[in-house]
Amino acid sequence: MDKIQLGEFIKSIDQDLEIEEGKQYVEVTVPPLKLYLLAKQLRDKKEAQFDFLFCLSGVDYGQDLGVVYHLRSTIYDHTIVLKTRTSDREHPQFDSVSDIWKTADFHEREAFDLLGIRFTNHPDLRRLFLDSSWGYPLRKDYVDDINIVTK
Amino acid sequence: MEEEVKNITPDERQEYVINMGPQHPSTHGVLRLVVSLKGEIVKNIEPHIGYIHRGIEKMCESITYPQIIHLTDRMDYLSAHINNEAVCLNVEKALEVDIPDRIKVIRTIMSELTRIQSHQLWWASFGMDLGGLTCFFYGLRDREKILDIFEETCGGRMLVSYNCPGGVMYDIHPNFQKRVKDFIKYFRKILPEYDQLLSGNVIFHERSKGIGKLSLEDAISYGVTGPTGRASGFSCDVRKHEPYSAYDRITFKEILHTEGDTYSRYIARIDEMWESMNIIEQLIDNIPEGPFAVKMKPIIKLPEGEYYQRVETARGELGVYIISDGNKNPYRVKFRSPNFVNLSVFNHIVKGFKIADLVAIGGSLDLVIPDIDR
Repeated sequence: MDKIQLGEFIKSIDQDLEIEEGKQYVEVTVPPLKLYLLAKQLRDKKEAQFDFLFCLSGVDYGQDLGVVYHLRSTIYDHTIVLKTRTSDREHPQFDSVSDIWKTADFHEREAFDLLGIRFTNHPDLRRLFLDSSWGYPLRKDYVDDINIVTK
Repeated sequence: MEEEVKNITPDERQEYVINMGPQHPSTHGVLRLVVSLKGEIVKNIEPHIGYIHRGIEKMCESITYPQIIHLTDRMDYLSAHINNEAVCLNVEKALEVDIPDRIKVIRTIMSELTRIQSHQLWWASFGMDLGGLTCFFYGLRDREKILDIFEETCGGRMLVSYNCPGGVMYDIHPNFQKRVKDFIKYFRKILPEYDQLLSGNVIFHERSKGIGKLSLEDAISYGVTGPTGRASGFSCDVRKHEPYSAYDRITFKEILHTEGDTYSRYIARIDEMWESMNIIEQLIDNIPEGPFAVKMKPIIKLPEGEYYQRVETARGELGVYIISDGNKNPYRVKFRSPNFVNLSVFNHIVKGFKIADLVAIGGSLDLVIPDIDR
């Protein structure tokens, strides 16, 4: 499917989603509650078959925290980007997609470690690189007095 | 605490847990594996990483785009040139700069040389992991010839930092073409020796065939790319699927095997060295004339937006995801590093094999630890 068809396909699943035809990939903004269902449909529907999650990045947007999923189909070679965000900085929570794509297991642990984003139903959500005494360094409000990370 | 002890099943009580690493010769870096054994059989492994986590993604947020290039060298240090290229391509794509053919061809030749030297070092250390010490000397002897070519043109040997936004740092050395052609002539003669030494060895076959099988479905689900993924039949070569630089003007095969065991991962890399030589031979005599770099603004600012660039390093797909807010430093940079993802499949494929096979499987995944930790 090309970009326009992909956009129409997403519309056929859920009309309310915000679809943007980016320069490179089609970008879909999903509310956190709808994320898991959409992800599952994107993998399972015959005409989509997004079976390869090639990148999962946690992002601090300043006000919000978010997660960006880059998906590709190895059968049709088309790509889509899912974006989701929450304004709750204290307890940011999203559904884990690690049972849909197993690679999400490590990626989500990384996002939890560096940004403090929690993923519900994740099989083993522990810190990956740093130990528990650290804050969440990739957050924009992270202050490190000892090491130099300020601009 | 007491409750935890009660919950252990009789089976688990017989398990013997040992630490492998962080300083262990076969992990090729500071990777610590907590291995649960039952007798000699591996029940479970749990990778502990982060010993050399430098926070490259955080550092990138406070430096400029040309500076980021030099940090990417330090991720997968064996594919240094290809990592640099990924950032450069992303910056050029964002600024919509037209890159002359000469630069594209030079970059492609350099990338393929990088791939060959990386596979040579992998072959050398993989042979050594399995007890063939001679491999190490053969591999490093031949790799030295490529490093000499790098030194002459780029100045650096391993962390070349040859790319810059808009082109390459210097023009190629006058000897470059001759030396590359000499090397390929030499290596075409030598590569069959690699096969004689290791690929046909009976002991090697016994230790690698049928060991650590990874099915196609799992390879895709775990996102395993590079020669490791292609040995399971996963067509994931970015050079074919999303051609960058000069890969769209040459003909080459994507190496695919279907067995998915340690042996086919080995053969996939040997085949890739042949294929890389084919690619270089197609380009080395046809380097177009032109400038070696496009003049860029002294301070590079990317327009607001998000940019993603994928490249094929020697170990798999590297993705560079840049979010820009229009300033001279990026707002957020994410590196999708191939080794980080390939490590996640380790536990899945090693279960049920002997502890000696753990070394063989780990070697065939070809992990570079700084790329995992970043």
